[in-house]
Amino acid sequence: MTIALQTFDLYKSFGGITATDHVDFTLERGARHALIGPNGAGKTTFVNQLTGVLRPTSGRVELMGEDITKLPREARVKRGLARTFQINQLFATMTPLEMIALVTSERLGRGTHPFRALDRDPDLVAETAEILTRFRLDDIMDSRIATLPYGKQRQIEIAASFAARPSVLLLDEPAAGVPEAERRELMQTVAELPDDVSVLLIEHDMDLVFRFATRITVLVNGRVLAEGTPDEMAHDPAVRAAYLGEGAHV
Amino acid sequence: MSAGTFETRVRQALYASRRWHPAEIVLWVLAIAAFLFFPRQWLLLNEIAILALFALSLDLILGYAGIVSLGHAAFLGMGAYAAGLLAKHGTADPLAGLGAGMAAAGLLGLLTSPLVLRGTDLTRLMITLGVALILYELANSFGSLTGGADGLQGIMMAPVLGLFGFDIFGRTAYLYSLSVLFLLFLIARRVMHSPFGLSLRAVRDNPLRASASGVPNGRRLAAAYALAAAYAGAAGALLAQTTQFVSLDVLDFHRSADLMLVLIIGGAGYLYGGLVGAIAFKLLQDVIASFTPQYWMFWIGLFLVLFVLGGREMIHGAIKKIAGRFARFGRGGAQ
Amino acid sequence: MLTILFDGIAYGMVLFVLGCGLSVTMGLMNFVNLAHGAFAMLGGYVAVLAMQRLGLPFLASLPLAFLAAALVGIVLERLIYRPMYAKSHLDQVMFSIGLVFMAVAGTDWLMGSTQQFIRLPGWLQGRFEIAGIGIGRYRLFVIAVCGLLAFSLQWGFTRTRFGSRLRAAVDDARVARGLGIPVNRLFALTFALGSGLAGLGGALGIELMGLDPSFPLKFMIYFLIVVTVGGTSSITGPFFAAMLLGVADVVGKYLVPQVGAFIIYALMVVLLITRPHGLFARARA
Repeated sequence: MTIALQTFDLYKSFGGITATDHVDFTLERGARHALIGPNGAGKTTFVNQLTGVLRPTSGRVELMGEDITKLPREARVKRGLARTFQINQLFATMTPLEMIALVTSERLGRGTHPFRALDRDPDLVAETAEILTRFRLDDIMDSRIATLPYGKQRQIEIAASFAARPSVLLLDEPAAGVPEAERRELMQTVAELPDDVSVLLIEHDMDLVFRFATRITVLVNGRVLAEGTPDEMAHDPAVRAAYLGEGAHV
Repeated sequence: MSAGTFETRVRQALYASRRWHPAEIVLWVLAIAAFLFFPRQWLLLNEIAILALFALSLDLILGYAGIVSLGHAAFLGMGAYAAGLLAKHGTADPLAGLGAGMAAAGLLGLLTSPLVLRGTDLTRLMITLGVALILYELANSFGSLTGGADGLQGIMMAPVLGLFGFDIFGRTAYLYSLSVLFLLFLIARRVMHSPFGLSLRAVRDNPLRASASGVPNGRRLAAAYALAAAYAGAAGALLAQTTQFVSLDVLDFHRSADLMLVLIIGGAGYLYGGLVGAIAFKLLQDVIASFTPQYWMFWIGLFLVLFVLGGREMIHGAIKKIAGRFARFGRGGAQ
Repeated sequence: MLTILFDGIAYGMVLFVLGCGLSVTMGLMNFVNLAHGAFAMLGGYVAVLAMQRLGLPFLASLPLAFLAAALVGIVLERLIYRPMYAKSHLDQVMFSIGLVFMAVAGTDWLMGSTQQFIRLPGWLQGRFEIAGIGIGRYRLFVIAVCGLLAFSLQWGFTRTRFGSRLRAAVDDARVARGLGIPVNRLFALTFALGSGLAGLGGALGIELMGLDPSFPLKFMIYFLIVVTVGGTSSITGPFFAAMLLGVADVVGKYLVPQVGAFIIYALMVVLLITRPHGLFARARA
């Protein structure tokens, strides 16, 4: 199975507006794939259909060869598809420890256990500790998420999605709103993701895109304009015109 | 820090959140002590215990699942009538009646949970209110079964565990209700600190992130709702058994409204709000009823309005200040 | 049978007048005001007092009911409702329940707990037959008055500047403010209008629904049904919802008297299952 995630003729319209225009998209196993496009191109709408937040008007989504088009959100997560949100979606009243513990507990299938205490579960504790360490959240694990700086919150957003041990991870503009000083740590985190996780990155930050991606898809008005290596995209005249603009630095 | 010691730290941190706070133990000891020190108030204490259990059940859905309900009395009534009817027509064993009340109410909760989980806050209010009203009308209409407006009378209960007979002073009543309250409380505490309980907190905090973490929001909430309903049913059963009477009043709107007041006085989301609120509410009710028995609804309403307008912040601020003084005092003393 | 239908329509008309104010204020401020029925009750009692103590004719007592309720509405909105807008729905619910309790107990203390009766003027009493259908004069009067009100409200809502500002504010208050629409003042006026209409409805409804201190509690669910089923973004939605409710209730109570009230609750639950956002609600962006 070399294809991690694939869409077939994905189409989404809201009334008269076509948000996703018959998109055929392939994410390879172990990919470092970026999806770029101007504002309003429909990138987040596309991701929402991949994850089940939106139902496509027509078309199919397959994860590891399995048709997941009709599956509810949480079922897709169980099958190995996780995402981060453009605007942080965190448990503001919890601590990073609790949040990671929650994701880990669901992954381990403990979510239906009403009696066993969290600390009495060695697998849960071990995995939670591992994620907290890997994403450098160990020193702040007991602070309420709402009190943490934005960059750290973004870290948690990625950590929480990763804690589900996905085979496919969709990162929706992870660098958005992160101050310059904290961007480095974030980029390092993204770069350090293991090879067996296939990553689709949606970003506006071209720095991050060109440093991270080995493959780029350009989406304009819900349609795939072009697809190829970063080098090919940087020199594609249609892409330059539609998105990068004449004076852009590549 | 090595991986092993960090893991230990994580484990300790997770344990810390469920450790018994000394104040909790003090509270329960006081509850038992009240039995010894206020023998003439056993009936009132019994009422408080039942109300506390009823409020605990609302806390489970309001404080932990975030569902605003205006019709929680439906489950109280379901449990009360189920227990009462079982005692009259089946077995008079209190524990059997308790079980029947919990099962009936829990089932009703499970059946109505799909209704409650859809739509907005407003539709939820409507549906919960509607279900309670429907139940009220049904109880009223099937008078031959329920006794209608006259109520279900002549419920004779067998001794608890075959040993402790009910008396007119309320001795067995209070201890029985308190024991049931404590047991169900322990279970609720366990559940809220379990992975299931954590997932409920997640759904309440951010349903989008919860489902993106693999939590099946609807199913978990339905389970919580059914559990809460069963607890309310237990309170209803206790009510029927200790007062040996069930009336339509048990399904009345004011039960649901009073309950909400109890919970907002005590605070929702930390399991003790119901207990604290029940004590405060009953005392308040007693005080008001003593000087204006007919129009106490007015003062409760006024209290509610003032409390929500700004009283809550004032009271909580004052409590925090006092608690802070005690903390400093303790620290100073330790030196 | 058609008489029953006619009665149901009259009943529904009153429910509309009673509930449309709640509908619009809910849509505008997203505030769950369970105390709406208290304004209706106020209007009813003012009408009764005007007729019994001041000797005013029935027709004159109606605008008085409207004004009294509207006035109280303006004052209360300014003083105690405003600070509640920012609070949680739970707090709003508890607040309005507190108001209801105060209104109910207060009215009980002031006016006693018995039903209030009024003497309708001679020309509104009795009924006449048209093609075998018994048409109650009072019910016809109610239908005429409320129908006229409904038309005026719909016209005002859709064709005046006030109406379009109101619709804008209901749609998105933040944007409306940004466009310079004085949302606060708009809301005060709308609340006053809604409360006034409730008062008028309360006065009109004495003959059809009775009047006693427990009125706000008894009919709370009816107003809420009109709002949830009819939606909060139009006048026509609550109108049809109120019609449906009125007819269903009257017909139900006539056909199956033992479980009469049960029918509308069951109907409401069924409706909300299939359309959780109301029968006529637009999808909110």
